[in-house]
Amino acid sequence: MSELTLQDERTAASVRLERALVALCIVALIAAPFFVYPIFIMKMLCFALFACAFNLLLGYTGLLSFGHATFFGGAAYFCAYAVKAWGWPPEAGILLGMGGAAVLGLVMGFFAIRRQGIYFAMITLALAQMFYFFCVQAPFTEGEDGIQGVPRGTLFGILDLNVAMNMYYVVLAIFLIGVFAIWRIVNSPFGMILRSIRENENRAISLGYSVGRYKLAAFVMSAALAGLAGATKAIVFQFATLTDVTWQMSGEVILMNLLGGIGTMAGPAVGAGLVVGLENTLATSGFPVTIATGLIFMICVLIFRRGIVGELYARWLAPAEAGGERDKG
Amino acid sequence: MTMIFGIPIQALLGQLLVGLINGSFYAMLSLGLAVIFGLLRIINFAHGALYMLGAFIGYLLLVHLGIGYWPALILVPLAVGVFGMAVERAALSRLYRLDPLYGLLFTFGMALVIEGVFRFYYGVSGNPYAVPSLLAGGTNLGFMFLPNYRGWVVVASLIVCIGTWLLIEKTRLGSYLRAATENPELVQAFGVNVPLLLTLTYGLGAALAGLAGILAAPVYQVSPLMGSDLIIVVFAVVVIGGMGSILGAIVTGYMLGLAEGLTKVFYPEASNLVVFVIMAIVLLLRPAGLFGRDA
Repeated sequence: MSELTLQDERTAASVRLERALVALCIVALIAAPFFVYPIFIMKMLCFALFACAFNLLLGYTGLLSFGHATFFGGAAYFCAYAVKAWGWPPEAGILLGMGGAAVLGLVMGFFAIRRQGIYFAMITLALAQMFYFFCVQAPFTEGEDGIQGVPRGTLFGILDLNVAMNMYYVVLAIFLIGVFAIWRIVNSPFGMILRSIRENENRAISLGYSVGRYKLAAFVMSAALAGLAGATKAIVFQFATLTDVTWQMSGEVILMNLLGGIGTMAGPAVGAGLVVGLENTLATSGFPVTIATGLIFMICVLIFRRGIVGELYARWLAPAEAGGERDKG
Repeated sequence: MTMIFGIPIQALLGQLLVGLINGSFYAMLSLGLAVIFGLLRIINFAHGALYMLGAFIGYLLLVHLGIGYWPALILVPLAVGVFGMAVERAALSRLYRLDPLYGLLFTFGMALVIEGVFRFYYGVSGNPYAVPSLLAGGTNLGFMFLPNYRGWVVVASLIVCIGTWLLIEKTRLGSYLRAATENPELVQAFGVNVPLLLTLTYGLGAALAGLAGILAAPVYQVSPLMGSDLIIVVFAVVVIGGMGSILGAIVTGYMLGLAEGLTKVFYPEASNLVVFVIMAIVLLLRPAGLFGRDA
């Protein structure tokens, strides 16, 4: 919709405000571990990167994948296995996880882009369930127990990741690099073509773009970045389990996007922070998490489709864009 | 003992029967999904949860009110159908003018809530539901032993599927429904109450899921998780069959149940995966699905 013209129409004031907000967030994240339990923020950062990677596909290409847990959890397994069983250093493990996720993304994307809309969602869901069953049966995942006791190791042979602060800043760096990569992709000519596919696939075809290839490329990039998040999470928490490959996890990342704001840069990260925070709170209260997430899903779809950041945008930052609600997939 | 491909024929037929039972449920559920999708353009993720709800209502009727299987066979679909209609009126009707993906996401949330509520109160363990006394025991068919209840499930699901097909293809209500699928504005202009038709359709789909649930209760254990595991396989069935035709949904359901049963005989490790593999192959060869019309 209006997002293509957004770049030119934005006022200098709102650009300044945005830059200031980004700088403020980075400073806050650098200072955060001195005030909040670092493990908790690291969890938030991993899920935030996962959600942003997902948004690259849903928000900017208009493809709803219901199978992203495959890349997140799959990369966690690959990374955990390489680091624990083969004694790989953490950076190699993370890269392997990312590469593995990209390969899985290539395979899943190859099948899924043959259909559109809800069929796309159902195919990704089914293929992700297939990967889940594979993980249940394959010996290297160690079944219900998962891969436990993964050593954090030393990054590049110099930085000891067993020190909480070292680990934290490495995760923060990975998060920032990942989000920067997504920002670059979205604002490149390639990203513009993705948006044109989202807005009107037939017109993109008639303009001569091989839409299938662009969709597949976006799918693989999204998968690789989701894998980066998953592999990092495996190093932080030192385990990889079946939880991360279930369909509930695929649903959770959709919820993060929906709640924060689909198709906004900051929305998925905000949504991820809220969902992770909520789960942490509920874990001690006895109220079932699934009921809460289900209710938020229903409320968001019914009355809050723009999400938190989307609403903020529509109200304050870019009043001219009001009505930019993304109703078309 | 007679052998086929090195497999005792009893084992083969036993697994085929299990496959046929599973196929009956795939058929009934994908039929409901196809009916709902045809008119509402919504993929009902909550279909598995409604199936579970049906089984649980049957179980609770028995435990708390002493109402047995046969009355439950009527009461459960009614209850689930009314619940479905209430949901359609209150929420789904607000989503029709949006992208169909929002319907998928809403019903996904609904499925989480329904499943979460039952998990909270009843845990994840299964609750047994006794086979009704009329259908207890089994029949020796000469070549194999057929538990009566399982035979009944196959017959009942065939009746339900054919009945629904006749309702949609041969009755006046069904013709309104098919017409509204093609062009809702025009049908409305002819004085047919289309919003009511939409509500009834979702109610019918929900009732079918509930009926499948109560039929399944004596076969599988009644558990809060019984629906979510099934629904993903049913989605794959729907992708394979394509949602263009009601008959296609039914046939594909039975076929895949049988394919799963056969795989269990020859290569048990892959029996969970076979439906998804078939889906991938169909996507390669015939992306629109076996019976699909839309590309």
